[in-house]
Amino acid sequence: MQLTVGPNQFFWAADRWAELYQELASAPVDRVVLGEQVCSKRLPFFQERIPEAIEVLQAAGKDVMLTSLALVTLKRERKQTDALAEMGVSVEVNDLTALANLPEGMAFTVGPLINVYNEGTLNWLAERGATRICLPPELPMESVEVLCKAAQDAGVEIEVWGHGRLPLAISGRCYHARMHKRAKDNCQFACEDDPDGLDVRTLEDQPFLAMNGVQTLSDTYACADEQIEALTSAGVTALRLSPQSKGFAEICGLYRQRLGGDLGRGALAEALRAMDSEMRLSNGFLTGKTGVEWAAE
Amino acid sequence: MVMEIVCPAGTPAALRAAVKAGAHTVYCGFNNETNARNFPGLNFDREEMIEGVAFAKAHGSKVLVAINTFPRAGAEHIWHEAVADAQAAGAHAVILADVGLLAYAAKNHPNLRLHLSVQAAAANADVINMYARDFGVKRVVLPRVLSVPEIAAINAETEVETEVFVFGGLCVMAEGRCSLSSYATGLSPNMNGVCSPASHVEYEDDGETLDARLGGYTIHRVGKDEGAPYPTLCKGCFKAGEATGHLFEDPVSLNAEQLIPQLEKAGVTALKIEGRQRSRSYVAQVVRNFRRAVDALDAGQPMPEGFLASLSEGQATTTGAYKKTWR
Amino acid sequence: MSDPQISIPTAPRVLASALKYVPLAPLSLILSSYACRVAKNHPSMMRRLGEHNKTDFVLDPTDLPISIEMNPNRGYPRITVVRGNGQGTARIAGPLAALMGLVHGAFDGDALFFSRDLVIEGDTAATLALRNAIDDAELDLGEEMAGATGPFARQISKLLTFVERKSGVPLTRPQEVDTW
Repeated sequence: MQLTVGPNQFFWAADRWAELYQELASAPVDRVVLGEQVCSKRLPFFQERIPEAIEVLQAAGKDVMLTSLALVTLKRERKQTDALAEMGVSVEVNDLTALANLPEGMAFTVGPLINVYNEGTLNWLAERGATRICLPPELPMESVEVLCKAAQDAGVEIEVWGHGRLPLAISGRCYHARMHKRAKDNCQFACEDDPDGLDVRTLEDQPFLAMNGVQTLSDTYACADEQIEALTSAGVTALRLSPQSKGFAEICGLYRQRLGGDLGRGALAEALRAMDSEMRLSNGFLTGKTGVEWAAE
Repeated sequence: MVMEIVCPAGTPAALRAAVKAGAHTVYCGFNNETNARNFPGLNFDREEMIEGVAFAKAHGSKVLVAINTFPRAGAEHIWHEAVADAQAAGAHAVILADVGLLAYAAKNHPNLRLHLSVQAAAANADVINMYARDFGVKRVVLPRVLSVPEIAAINAETEVETEVFVFGGLCVMAEGRCSLSSYATGLSPNMNGVCSPASHVEYEDDGETLDARLGGYTIHRVGKDEGAPYPTLCKGCFKAGEATGHLFEDPVSLNAEQLIPQLEKAGVTALKIEGRQRSRSYVAQVVRNFRRAVDALDAGQPMPEGFLASLSEGQATTTGAYKKTWR
Repeated sequence: MSDPQISIPTAPRVLASALKYVPLAPLSLILSSYACRVAKNHPSMMRRLGEHNKTDFVLDPTDLPISIEMNPNRGYPRITVVRGNGQGTARIAGPLAALMGLVHGAFDGDALFFSRDLVIEGDTAATLALRNAIDDAELDLGEEMAGATGPFARQISKLLTFVERKSGVPLTRPQEVDTW
């Protein structure tokens, strides 16, 4: 089982952003997806640093990909999407618009925000040139198993969301701007204050969600510790880890130890909780009744 | 040409009411997980669909069958059968969201007209044209994240007909790209055809306040004389930082009746009314109102005054993303 | 739609007073047999209830001193009229006129609920299923009742129309107005 680092979902200052990829160059991960997935307004702040990050990661032997935006509507966003194919690395499609803009026959990968729920969709994407698909996080284990079989026949690698706050929704509206009573066009980048998203609680102060500009995430951090054996035997070939502001390289190390057998089942979750007691874990989408659940043997 | 009114029907009675009230087109779904309004007591069995289409045809109306959830891995045949049965029933078109299902329908039912569901969240001309090129999609239901000028820009760049929502419940998230509901309840619009399902709703009225919970999470708390919104997750009242309120969307619903002339200028073909879960009396009232509006527009008369607010959730309405300030 | 605001009349006081003294057991029997007849005439209504066809519903007309406990009992409904709030897993409460208007399709259930003219408690899914099943059945309780009384049908119809006009409680299905 390999480890893929997904694109940073949050808005960090450019230096901090670049630092993450310096760190990841020496982290025990196989593949890194970078670029802006959530909001096209953020991209200009770190765009110039992308080539250097790609270089550092490739020099360290990592596979590197660039993500598309999750929701493409504006002209500027269509142009950004168009330009992805020209960056010299392969593109991770997270809105089918990116697929519409890729040159015919160019290989690509598919991110977790594309609705791949069944064999028909998987096969269609494979025919179009998909080589790797990270499944949507809400898929249950039964679906993962069926899709892995179909993927083997189609020659596609299957990846599953392994760690991090779950991307639950994307909107045209910016919630950070709305909360600060600003128009989206004049958001003043309020989301930059929350490097892991802003916690959203219920009226009874129960932690529930996290807002991240136009994106809504789970409060909990997904963690596939309990399912790693089942995922492996189903035929999943990579786990996706989603960056967070604190201790991310260390977290990558813990997952690597868990995959290599140095950490047993349950010990990974325990170590994560020891790192940060505020990091509430969930694994319900794979094997529970609800996504938010944590189920352990 | 008169703009087409596309009306919801959750039951055969609602279909008949919509047709009699002047609906050009009615959309409905089968009574299983293949459609995105898979609610208790709603929808059509095969026999009812055949009768419904026949009734609509006899009155000069068309029926669209929504098969707009994402087929479950290992069980795609359920969705494939729905497409075949919709065609056999005489549906004017099917409304699909999943690319796998679109590819299947295009290959196996080449004469069946395909509409792209709002659940596909196709929000720009590039991707819409891809759906047309690859699957022969004839119409797209636009996601409710676009402003009127953006809709006009799309229409300028595509031959595909566009249909937009003008009335009813409003998704603040891009449809088909949201798993808030399955995170909290295990049931999702994409997989199960339900959002914030009634089976997970609890109301608690202690005389002073009414709490509405979903999957154990308190979504609303209202005082004695306030309206009682359904606990739809994205319209809940939450806290973040120092703020408390409807952080995602207020419990309002969409009413774009006054924007109809602008939507027509933007090149929109059809106006869609949400609400397959609403009663036949609601459907009839809303349809009658919108039919009057498009007929007035076609005759060069002013729009009738709006008076649909009392039918709306929270009894407050918004023009949603059609006005850019919404964002 | 001439009047945008839904205005719901209160049940006549004479009815409320009468129900304080009427013996409820015979009333329950009559209503049960009546409900069985309605269920028999509308098999699709029972089909629509699906898994909720054994749920204990409570219909609570808040302007009357009684509640109606109703179990669809897979097509052979059992009705018990009780004084007070009644027992069940799914409750719909509101003025009699709102409940009857809902049954007859004169009002929209969601709109009544949003405005809190109707209050639902307990099993929300069952309540929705019942609401949707009834809405599709296009019931006309007045007509059903008149039908059940055989030779007296015409007189009963007249009486119902009279009571309906006087009380404002929809006892029959309204005529479809303004057909296109």
